[in-house]
Amino acid sequence: MILPEFGHFALILAFGLAILLAVVPLIGAWLGDRLWMQMARPFTGLMTLLILLSFITLTLAFLKDDFSVAYVAGHSNSLLPWYYKMSAVWGGHEGSLLLWALILAGWTFAVSRFSKALPEDMVARVLGILGIVNAGFLSFIIIKSSPFERILPNIPPDGADLNPLLQDFGLIVHPPLLYMGYVGFSVAFAFALAALLGGKLDAAWARWSRPWTTVAWAFLTLGIALGSWWAYYELGWGGWWFWDPVENASLMPWLAGTALMHSLAVTEKRGLFKSWTVLLAIFTFSLSLLGTFLVRSGILTSVHAFASDPDRGFYILALLAVTIGGSLLLYALRAPVVKSRIGFSERSRETFLLMNNIILVTATLTVLGGTLFPLFAEMAGKEVSVGAPYFDAMFSFLTPLLVAFLCVGIFSHWKDTRPGLLKRQIPVPLIAAIPFAFLIPMTQGDLAFMPVLGSFLAVWLLFATIRDISQKVSGRRSLWAGWMKTRRSYKGMVFGHLGLAVMIMGAALVSAYTIEKDVRMAPGDEATLGGLVYRFERLAHYEGPNFISDRAYFVVSSDSGRQIADLHAEKRRYVVSGSIMTEAGIQAGFFRDLYVSLGEPLPGQDAWAVRLHIKPFVRWLWLGALLMAIGGALAVADPRYRQKARAKAPASAGDAEAGNTAVSVQEGGQA
Amino acid sequence: MNRVLLFVPVIFFAILGFVFYTMMEHDPSELQSARLNQPFPAFQLTDLEKPELTRDQSALQGEPMLVNVWATWCPACRAEHAYLVHLAEQKNVAIIGLNYKDQRQAANEWLVKLGDPYRFSIFDQEGRLGLDLGVYGAPETYVVDADGIIRYRHVGVVNEKVWQEKLSPWFPAISGSGVPAS
Repeated sequence: MILPEFGHFALILAFGLAILLAVVPLIGAWLGDRLWMQMARPFTGLMTLLILLSFITLTLAFLKDDFSVAYVAGHSNSLLPWYYKMSAVWGGHEGSLLLWALILAGWTFAVSRFSKALPEDMVARVLGILGIVNAGFLSFIIIKSSPFERILPNIPPDGADLNPLLQDFGLIVHPPLLYMGYVGFSVAFAFALAALLGGKLDAAWARWSRPWTTVAWAFLTLGIALGSWWAYYELGWGGWWFWDPVENASLMPWLAGTALMHSLAVTEKRGLFKSWTVLLAIFTFSLSLLGTFLVRSGILTSVHAFASDPDRGFYILALLAVTIGGSLLLYALRAPVVKSRIGFSERSRETFLLMNNIILVTATLTVLGGTLFPLFAEMAGKEVSVGAPYFDAMFSFLTPLLVAFLCVGIFSHWKDTRPGLLKRQIPVPLIAAIPFAFLIPMTQGDLAFMPVLGSFLAVWLLFATIRDISQKVSGRRSLWAGWMKTRRSYKGMVFGHLGLAVMIMGAALVSAYTIEKDVRMAPGDEATLGGLVYRFERLAHYEGPNFISDRAYFVVSSDSGRQIADLHAEKRRYVVSGSIMTEAGIQAGFFRDLYVSLGEPLPGQDAWAVRLHIKPFVRWLWLGALLMAIGGALAVADPRYRQKARAKAPASAGDAEAGNTAVSVQEGGQA
Repeated sequence: MNRVLLFVPVIFFAILGFVFYTMMEHDPSELQSARLNQPFPAFQLTDLEKPELTRDQSALQGEPMLVNVWATWCPACRAEHAYLVHLAEQKNVAIIGLNYKDQRQAANEWLVKLGDPYRFSIFDQEGRLGLDLGVYGAPETYVVDADGIIRYRHVGVVNEKVWQEKLSPWFPAISGSGVPAS
């Protein structure tokens, strides 16, 4: 089969187009040459098509078990079910990078489609900058990480199998969602740089960037939550966040992206913080790139790091130097230094959003520092490991601060807020939340500081949000009727903030009130935990397509003997790679999860070390993330984005294709 | 605002890039131990589980064994632990633990929870033995032969593949692969 070579060739052609895209429209925008600028869209379309073809080729190689391709042989096996063969495409360094490139091209293409209302030079610059990023990644794939390399002539009879950790539904969708988020921030980045290049740092670029940033952020939120959920049920020790360098690499752009969404609002509505917002846009995407570098260079040791290769590391470092270094240099040279003449008081919404930004950026730098500190320490000849205690301490300080500013700032107005208004609004939700701060933890166990604080923050945020809604709709007949009349972007904000409240509640309660017990159990044994009786019913041998497993069946019942749950936990041994995997048995519940995982077989008839957990409110962590992502989707669905587009380009209303004609008519007129 | 201030981010990034550049040469898995083919460094440290016992290098002789550097703060150690238990129990490989910069109580709890694959664990709270060995980070695993000479160093997680390809050749009695044809 010649297909893999075809895929490689398509990739090289795509690289050529990316170079053209990076050069021609930017020169066109500089010279003011319409024709050169207009080349941006066709170049983008063709480049995207070629990368898509290349990706399909690789997928076909996996589905057809073409083990002459080294990457397929290393990450697949003929016994693998077809859906894991599909997802194995991004199961290793080379293929996941190709997925990254495909998603980047997809975003570039989306920008070229949904930018009819934008000025031609802006579109040319934005697509040109995205072309540079595309070219960088494509060259990296072609030169250092091609997934199409062959093993000839000694073709292996079968593949080495996909890492069993990745043979799971969560991991099929986790990387694409995560990359959608990471890469999506490239659009805000490109808009910011285009605005710097064009010298027009007005509110317009912020308005254009906002929906793109929100979509990317929503994807990243889902991606991170999915990763956390996966770690919870697949790694078998019941944790949901480990402050591992790779997790941190995804959290940093998320925090910076959250700050960016808020500061874009200020720049759009009030024309303030221009330089700051541009810097944040650069910063957010840079952190996405930095994450890629950390994961793939092998510079930091981590459980999920890809195979390390210093050669690749140097290449990505060079890419980083060009994109991040170049954009920061451009920023230093072109960002406006004129002091803004628009004033705002210390009680204005601007001030509160500034505090939001300061706290979120501090959090980002906290994570960055904690992740990179071991590296700096090592340079100084010391061995240091920064772990959960540092991050937990920093976040249990920063989160209350963030929520406090949110619950006050939510009532503020642009420019200035009357002190009387704040005095009237703030105390009610604050005081109403205090009893709940004690009542909620009391349902779970003894009172302690952190769960009380967490419940207080979550309930305060909930009440403050409800009060804000009721203020907003005071003229309506009922709260519900009024709520339905609010704008989608407002609903989006409410969902985002409620998501945060739900997540804080989950984190506070699950951290404080998880109970767990390690016991030795053989079939027939019973153990009690938290007033529930866990009975080890039987042990069965089970054979999957590419693994053999010991499956333990448990029945959980209450004191009175009523059966509550059937759980089965597994210990799998993947035959080809020899890896041993734990599959926890979980009964998910809104208020608590029951969780059983198998440790090690112990001497004795079928005896195992068994770990039992009861984890209250753990689902709320991911529910919160889901609410946030829904918030993002609602905000983007706000009709004003479409209205703006229509108002700006009357000729293209209704039919998107008509936009092109309108432009060419204009051009004809000029000629 | 002064334009000079706007250069702060790019300068900060340049410093970061420089650090990355220099540290890239330090790739942890590329490191070769300076101690290779040398006797295991001398030490006198307490036993992890029985603090009243003192261990020294003479305990690392008599048969080929693995010295596994581990700690409760290291997630990758957790990942390899199940396999070490498997090696110790199913293949009867002699594994000595070097508990590195850790808390005694936490480490003991870990062994109770996850199983104890080690003949014994050396408690190196200050990391002095680790320093003598040239430990980069946990986990690391050293092969020490019957004469107490370090023969191989593996950085990172030990799994079936690493055992088969890298470590088992030093254990001819167990793997069978290294037994001379005679």
